[in-house]
Amino acid sequence: MKYFIKNIVWDSVLSFFVNLKNPEKRTKALLTILLTIVCILYVMPVVIVLINSFKLNTFVKTDTFALPTGEMYAGMGNFETGMTFGNYPFWKSVLYSVTITVLSTAAILLFTSMAAWYISRVDSLLCRVVYYGCVFSMVVPFQMVMFTLSKTADTLRLNTPWTIPVIYVGFGAGLAVFMFVGFVKSIPLEIEEAAAIDGCGPVRTFFSVVLPMLKPTMISVGILEIMWVWNDYLLPYLSLDITKYRTIPIHIQYLKGSYGTVDLGAMMALILMSIIPVIVFYLTCQKHIIKGVAAGAVKG
Amino acid sequence: MIVTGALAAAGWLSKLTDLFAFTSVTQSVKKLEKLDPWFNTVIALIGIALVCGVADRTMPKGRGDKAAMGGSLIKTTTQKKFWLFLLPVVCAFSIGFIWPFAKGLFLSFCKFKTTSKFEWVGLSNYAKAFQDPSFVHAFWYTALFTVVSLVLINVIAFAVAYVLTQGIKGSNIFRTVFFMPNLIGGIVLGYTWSMIFDGILSRFGTSILLETKYGFWGLIILMCWQQIGYMMIIYIAGLQAVPESLHEAAKIDGASKWQTLWNVTIPNVMPSITICTFLSLTNGFKLFDQNLALTAGQPFLQNADGTVVKTTEMLALNIYNTFYGQNSAARGTAQAKAVLFFLLVAVISLVQLSATRKKEVQS
Amino acid sequence: MKKAIALILSLVLCLSMFAGVASADSKGKVYWLNFKPESDADLQEIAAQYTQLTGVPVKVVTAAAGTYESTLTSEMDKTDAPTLFVVGNAAAVNTWGDYCYDLTGTAIANELNTDAYNLYDKDGKLCSIGYCYECFGIIVNKALLAKAGYSIDQITNFESLKAIAEDIHARANELGFDAFTSSGMDSSSSWRFSGHLANTDLYYESVADGWQAGPCPATITGAYLDNYKNLWDLYINNSSVDPAALATGGFDAEGEFLAEKAVFYQNGSWTYSACSALGDENIAMIPFYCGVEGEEMAGLNCGTENCWAVNSEASEEDIQATLDFMYWLVTTEEVSAKLNNTLGVMPYKNAAVSTNKFLADANAYANAGHYTMTWAFNFTPNVDTWRAALVAAMNIYDADQTDANWANVRTAFVEGWAAQYAAANG
Repeated sequence: MKYFIKNIVWDSVLSFFVNLKNPEKRTKALLTILLTIVCILYVMPVVIVLINSFKLNTFVKTDTFALPTGEMYAGMGNFETGMTFGNYPFWKSVLYSVTITVLSTAAILLFTSMAAWYISRVDSLLCRVVYYGCVFSMVVPFQMVMFTLSKTADTLRLNTPWTIPVIYVGFGAGLAVFMFVGFVKSIPLEIEEAAAIDGCGPVRTFFSVVLPMLKPTMISVGILEIMWVWNDYLLPYLSLDITKYRTIPIHIQYLKGSYGTVDLGAMMALILMSIIPVIVFYLTCQKHIIKGVAAGAVKG
Repeated sequence: MIVTGALAAAGWLSKLTDLFAFTSVTQSVKKLEKLDPWFNTVIALIGIALVCGVADRTMPKGRGDKAAMGGSLIKTTTQKKFWLFLLPVVCAFSIGFIWPFAKGLFLSFCKFKTTSKFEWVGLSNYAKAFQDPSFVHAFWYTALFTVVSLVLINVIAFAVAYVLTQGIKGSNIFRTVFFMPNLIGGIVLGYTWSMIFDGILSRFGTSILLETKYGFWGLIILMCWQQIGYMMIIYIAGLQAVPESLHEAAKIDGASKWQTLWNVTIPNVMPSITICTFLSLTNGFKLFDQNLALTAGQPFLQNADGTVVKTTEMLALNIYNTFYGQNSAARGTAQAKAVLFFLLVAVISLVQLSATRKKEVQS
Repeated sequence: MKKAIALILSLVLCLSMFAGVASADSKGKVYWLNFKPESDADLQEIAAQYTQLTGVPVKVVTAAAGTYESTLTSEMDKTDAPTLFVVGNAAAVNTWGDYCYDLTGTAIANELNTDAYNLYDKDGKLCSIGYCYECFGIIVNKALLAKAGYSIDQITNFESLKAIAEDIHARANELGFDAFTSSGMDSSSSWRFSGHLANTDLYYESVADGWQAGPCPATITGAYLDNYKNLWDLYINNSSVDPAALATGGFDAEGEFLAEKAVFYQNGSWTYSACSALGDENIAMIPFYCGVEGEEMAGLNCGTENCWAVNSEASEEDIQATLDFMYWLVTTEEVSAKLNNTLGVMPYKNAAVSTNKFLADANAYANAGHYTMTWAFNFTPNVDTWRAALVAAMNIYDADQTDANWANVRTAFVEGWAAQYAAANG
């Protein structure tokens, strides 16, 4: 942060005045200053959530943009009430969200990469059918299947955090298979053939030869799936047994619609707590995420 | 142990014979539904595995070069592990997609309250869907929203990406910040922004729930905030792929900055532009979470005949509300709407596919 | 080794589907789908108590405000459907009658001390039985009223109520409290106005047009909507909250009342357990004085939409377990006393006697010859949808109180009723 202010903003301001005569450098310096302002505006919503999470309920509405000072300051009170808000402990939602995201993403990555390799190497009629089925499923909006899917999830007991990955693999297979197939096709066949001649069976060939090569695609698919599953609201809301399991988005939506008065301060505290892990995750894996998104989009 | 196994097998066998004693499709579907769901699922999955096994031995014809590959060492050994590599995805895909999709398509021609009690009514659901003013409104509202957000998001994202690839200081930090909102979920975003908008609007004695235009522009701002970073990343990747030699050639030819942008840069990032356009197009049409959390359709327009049009309700939310609203007689209509919605999104995607292909051929 | 791992992994996907199969329990189980969010905490406690006592699992699930019908619809389609649910009016009997177990002659039905709250289908099947009745009106903080220089006896009709409320509002700064608590229009609070306050119009209409005992009329006239408006205007313009801010809600009316920030608070007998903190001698409930002729003789709004139905599609053990649980609720002194406070008075022979001050007020009015306003709003067709449209129209009116905007509210109220009746019955 200090570095940012000192070396970028300050340098740009200086450079703007020093280079008043050099139009190109002057424009660049000006752009940096301009973008800095936009950046500050850009993080404002998160900052506003932060300040309001320390504010007493009644002031969130009336003094949204004021700092939580004096009588407005709620201390950690909002976080305490937020934890048990709506007769449902928040940490449980966090736990379920994490469980579902981790299990689903892992399952999607493993099974679809295997299937994609099989599809592009065997290329039988079935492979074609599955492949085009997956491509087809990419264009089907969730609303098309939601009513019947929620019933299926219930009858087959796919309504727990431990079994819902089956649905995610089924509904999310499309994009993942599509991306993996696109990549596997670009891998030269010779390497695998060499492995086969050396006596590797298909399982070993896949896990020790193909899988390492798939790593970059794995990361981009994984990032896309994590972003999807973590933030998904409707699919878990309709599939999970919500009398027992709620993910973070379901929890937050529930607060707004039920149980007496909505404590906006506590709600902001919960929103903050649900944003923080995402931001931490983002800052630590930033490079992969940005690369993954760029690669995923160009392929998709 | 063996006895119980045999008994169970006999029980299942009798259920199986039950299955074939049907007279019409509707009846057989109903009969299927009445059986133990586990029985159904297991039978269906075994059936799928068998069919797949057979289909897997069938090779598609007419692809010379692929056929050569088909004969390779890998293919024959791999094919033996069909159940390990392909079957899990096929099973999950059947449960999570094919069955709900097929059943949904079927139910769109039925009158039903729950998925297990239905009655064939033909096309009347579709007729009702088209007659529903709220659906028609939702369609046009969604279309308008999509076009406006598409233009704004792409123009801004491209501009930012262009600036960030000019080698200005702090590009990486700006890129990081602009992308950040993308990772926050729609529901959370919706409530965050509803607080912000109300914080501003309440000073003017109004609220985002009170006027359609506030709801519309509020959602546009929200979506811009969320999506610009994503599109920006794609544009940056596209811009960086433009060979530097082209720019230099343009410079030598004495082209101005604008001329270079229009005549060299933009034609060369056309693939990125196509991708982003269609991404924002489908994103706009499928938008649900943000819509639900920000306004949930308010304000309503009260029609003289007592019906209401939820003025900021988009297609996906309209379908959801028709399904899970109080009027259980409307479920069939909701499913019909969902099919229409699917067709719409599918057509857009097909256009996208052919457009991308064309561009690839050109370049 | 790797082969084995891969094998296991591929099996996980298939096996995981079989993981959650519930074990059968010969004792049966109870699943109560409750529709009163405000009672949730108490009911959870009682359920846990019963499970501890008998070992029968009792699950209480509360639908979010305004979503009871849709929750019921989706829950009934599930494998573990509710065994005990609420069928509170004739319209619900039409929808859910097929799923109702005939309660005639059951032990719980024999415990009832009145037939007034029972609902039958057209074949005479006893579909649901009342488990409590309630009253609502305007709750008054008598101590604050006295501080402002008035007494409750001075309020006998709309004019006197209005004069006092407006005077208190004008002196709010000096007094340190206002006339009315906030009237938030988010789903956690709007039912007080789109549901209960709407009874001003609907009750008087039902009397005038003779549908007090049903069936639900296909159309209504809105003849008393001006009276509804009278009270509504009084609420929103004589409170500390800016009417334009009501739409998004987030207010805590009960909190304001308990903190003695306002004299008047529209709500029902179910809030007694909270309001009693102010002391019985300081609180009272008065009728909806809304400017109808002869309203000096009005009483409180008494009735119920709390009627239990048992799911006939549930297994026999579950049905029996549910009936036993219900019987326990209404015959156990301590439990029924608790339910009296959180739900309302239980109309059962061996239930505890109610100590609810507001229901005592209701009885006092009735005994003094005042007419009780029955719950005509129970007939509302597609009630959640109808109310949502009404709330949306009222939001626009609140921010800008013009005649044109009120005409919009009227349309939502009157034509909306006809539209929802047609949708529900067509």
